Amino acid sequence: MPFNILVLSCLAYVIFLFGVAWAAERRADRGRLGWLQSPLIYTLSLSIYCTAWTFYGAVGYAARSGLEFLTIYLGPTIVFIGWWWVLRKLVRIGRQQRVTSIADLISSRFGKSNLLGVIVTVIAVVAATPYIALQLQSVTLSFSVFASPTDDGFAPPGTEATAVWVAGGLALFTILFGTRNLDAKEQHHGIVTAIAVEAVVKLIALIAVGVFVVWGMADGPADMIARISASDVADWKLQPGRWTGLLFAAGAAVICLPRMFQVMVVENADERHLATASWAFPLYLFAMSLFIVPIAVMGLERLPATANPDMFVLTLPLAEGQGALAMLAFLGGFSSATSMVIVESIALATMVSNHVVMPVWLRLRPAKAVSGDVRRLVLLSRRMSIGVVLGLGYAYYRMSGGSTALAAIGLIAFVGVAQFLPAMIFGIFWRGATRIGAALGMTVGFVVWAYTLFLPSFGPGAVIPALVFVQGPFGIDWLRPQALFGVATMDPLLHALFWSMVLNTAAFLTGSLFTFPGPVERMQGAAFVRVFDTPSGSPRGWERGLADPEDLLVMSQRIMGDDDALVFFEAEAKGQGKAGYLPDPTPEFMARLERRLAGSVGAATAHAMMSQLAGRATVTVEDLMAVASESAQIMEYSARLESQQEEVTRTARALREANEKLMQLSIQKDAFLSQISHELRTPMTSIRAFSEILTEGDLPPEMVTNYGRIIHDEAKRLTRLLDDLLDLSVLENGTVQLNLGLANLSQMIDRALASASHTKPERSFVIHRDLPMENIFIRTDADRLVQVFINLISNARKYCDSDMPELRISVRQRGGRVTVDFADNGSGIPKASQALIFEKFARLTDQTRAGGAGLGLAICREVMANLGGTITYLPGQGGAAFRVAVPLRLERKTD
Amino acid sequence: MAPSSRNPPLFLRRSSYRQRRRRDAARLLPVVGLFLMLMPVLWAPQDTVRRDTAPDGIYLFVVWALLIAFAMLISRGLNTADEGDDPAATADPGPGR
Repeated sequence: MPFNILVLSCLAYVIFLFGVAWAAERRADRGRLGWLQSPLIYTLSLSIYCTAWTFYGAVGYAARSGLEFLTIYLGPTIVFIGWWWVLRKLVRIGRQQRVTSIADLISSRFGKSNLLGVIVTVIAVVAATPYIALQLQSVTLSFSVFASPTDDGFAPPGTEATAVWVAGGLALFTILFGTRNLDAKEQHHGIVTAIAVEAVVKLIALIAVGVFVVWGMADGPADMIARISASDVADWKLQPGRWTGLLFAAGAAVICLPRMFQVMVVENADERHLATASWAFPLYLFAMSLFIVPIAVMGLERLPATANPDMFVLTLPLAEGQGALAMLAFLGGFSSATSMVIVESIALATMVSNHVVMPVWLRLRPAKAVSGDVRRLVLLSRRMSIGVVLGLGYAYYRMSGGSTALAAIGLIAFVGVAQFLPAMIFGIFWRGATRIGAALGMTVGFVVWAYTLFLPSFGPGAVIPALVFVQGPFGIDWLRPQALFGVATMDPLLHALFWSMVLNTAAFLTGSLFTFPGPVERMQGAAFVRVFDTPSGSPRGWERGLADPEDLLVMSQRIMGDDDALVFFEAEAKGQGKAGYLPDPTPEFMARLERRLAGSVGAATAHAMMSQLAGRATVTVEDLMAVASESAQIMEYSARLESQQEEVTRTARALREANEKLMQLSIQKDAFLSQISHELRTPMTSIRAFSEILTEGDLPPEMVTNYGRIIHDEAKRLTRLLDDLLDLSVLENGTVQLNLGLANLSQMIDRALASASHTKPERSFVIHRDLPMENIFIRTDADRLVQVFINLISNARKYCDSDMPELRISVRQRGGRVTVDFADNGSGIPKASQALIFEKFARLTDQTRAGGAGLGLAICREVMANLGGTITYLPGQGGAAFRVAVPLRLERKTD
Repeated sequence: MAPSSRNPPLFLRRSSYRQRRRRDAARLLPVVGLFLMLMPVLWAPQDTVRRDTAPDGIYLFVVWALLIAFAMLISRGLNTADEGDDPAATADPGPGR
């Protein structure tokens, strides 16, 4: 086919795709997403996995190694049918954290670490170069195979020139496609739709060629099987290590490839689509793989041995004279290559601009974050990144010579991106994974991969000197690039995969086990690992009223574009019930705005820019520590204040109590004075009255005698009262002189009984005593103690209202104390009065006032206090009962 | 799991029980798939001179097709209950409560 027609058809195809994308975006802009967000489109966009490697390379792979090519599709099949394990969680995390790329995911997981973002970006860019080179190589090859010189001299350029043209064209196409504008969220409906169309084109093309081969060239499936068994690849030379290793590598790559992550997680519109894709995507892979072996076998059979097996898909129809089919196959291959390059370079450009350019720029000119035109900067950096990525791919293509088997190049990229796997999988399942561990693991894995696979892929002597392959660097034998640690028998690819993954995982686990994650990191770790347990929503919040809404609007316009920003702000203001374009900077509004900005410039950058305005520019751990210690100081201070206040309260309470006591004492003193004057007045009145009668004279002598006796009695009573009062005051002041000595308790009770018998001598008491127990010698003031006994016994004689009065005196010795109980069989003392009886002038009844002033028990109490003992009322003894307790040996006070 | 004031029920209603077994099946399927795809390693076709590309290829494609079919059957049922990941939310109170 003439070269110029070929170029024209390619251009027409590209314009068609562009139209599809444009129409889809217009639909999306009008909000009519509809089928644009169907599971079908989602699944078809996942077919971005099948690049020119699949379209052209798989046939070549099958022609060289038989069924081994299937691992590249069986690995992803296992990952997808096992979506419940990993993919579901990844997609949920991606949606909840608004992840914009795989670099964003890993950097978010480990505390929004920019270092990790840079590491992932670098690895992804380097690992993508062979992959992009593969696409360039396949398109260039297909051009050289397909194009024929025309008569009018428009000859196809050489392969070198074609590659340059292809690379440049793809770069331009991608820039036009992917970076026309900065999408609100990092979702590209237009591109996704275009890719879905391309997915259909490449599937139809490959199946059409397959059908032609099986039913057109062979006689149906049975004949085809016979031909397979007769071909060069009939005996399958399965290598167990490679079979297993490639299954693993392909399974890892389908999660870790930046473009797969982009379509699978970032562009995912609905988690439920994943359930459909879990079987539909393997089905697509199945359909793509079904005719690979027949095409390879037929190519080996029909085409000359010099033909490149990677181009069988194209050369077989050409050789059979099927021009239209060949054209379809060419477009299918072109589709595979372009869709891969577009999505891959967009994904990489997003990573580069969000994780390398923006942070550097923010650090260099933080003030510009608000006023500068971020929008243009982001777009510019993305466009330049696309150019750089394609340039690197072209450079790899040139350096590797453009003649390597496609599959071998692709596998280099697979092993490269597999280095993300430990950080990613452990990151979403293990909270103990740390930033240092992830950085260590990925760096080690990347270095090992570069040293053992990537750099050697340029050929011996190109980057690594040939001598190193034989002797190792500096003659260190065990560091030979393809025989690390002396493992020389392994297949080089497997060797690189094995050592990079083992060392990567080991470094990652070691780093994680021995480091301590920062606060943000731990928070993010918990949020990622427990993503299904937590309701969606960002845990951190903005404080109210810190940012000026006008500044926010200015900044948002720079990023989202004037119209979008105004629409967003107006809607927010309306939601708050305000007119105009400036909503209050409520935390909810700030969170929504940040989310919206994150879709354009990445979570970390958006957060940093918002922080510039909200005044939380750089909250470092040190700041947090400072805040923490400050609050600790405040807490300590308030604790001190609290204790001081408590002390004041205590003092006040004590003062109040003291005051109350004083008031009571004052009342008591008044009562005492009135009592005492009353007590003194009664005998004085009768003495005065009778003495007046006596002074009048002229009385019979017996009356004089009688009156004189009354006066004498009253004077005695008065004297006794005054004695008692004196006694009491002496006792209360504690100035009493005790006459200590040994005395027998029994003798003391005898004395007391004898003395007390003078009161109410007419009453006869039955006294119960326990003489053996009483035989105790006590060291005390015997006279005072006897005084107490007399008081108690005479009280009993006076107040016991029983007809057959009894008094029981029981003595008990307990420890160093002796207790003497006096219990009568009267009616006792009412409960309410029991507390009063020891008070001065406390007489319970007036009817039996037998000369007592009511001071007896008060004196007893004071005496006992002076003797170091107590006197208490014993309730529940069947009558009035008192217990006197004295120490067995009273020591003189040493004052 | 989210802390819940009530204990999740020990036994589930038939529909919830089926839902959980369906999830178990979804978890099990890739393991079975991996095992079946590693079977050729055990057959060791590299040591034989038999022309085994065709039969082994057919075996792999049949396994593949079956896996896809099972994945489709399982995912159909899981799709509707996708939202309820918290067992406390999906757990049936049960007839006894």
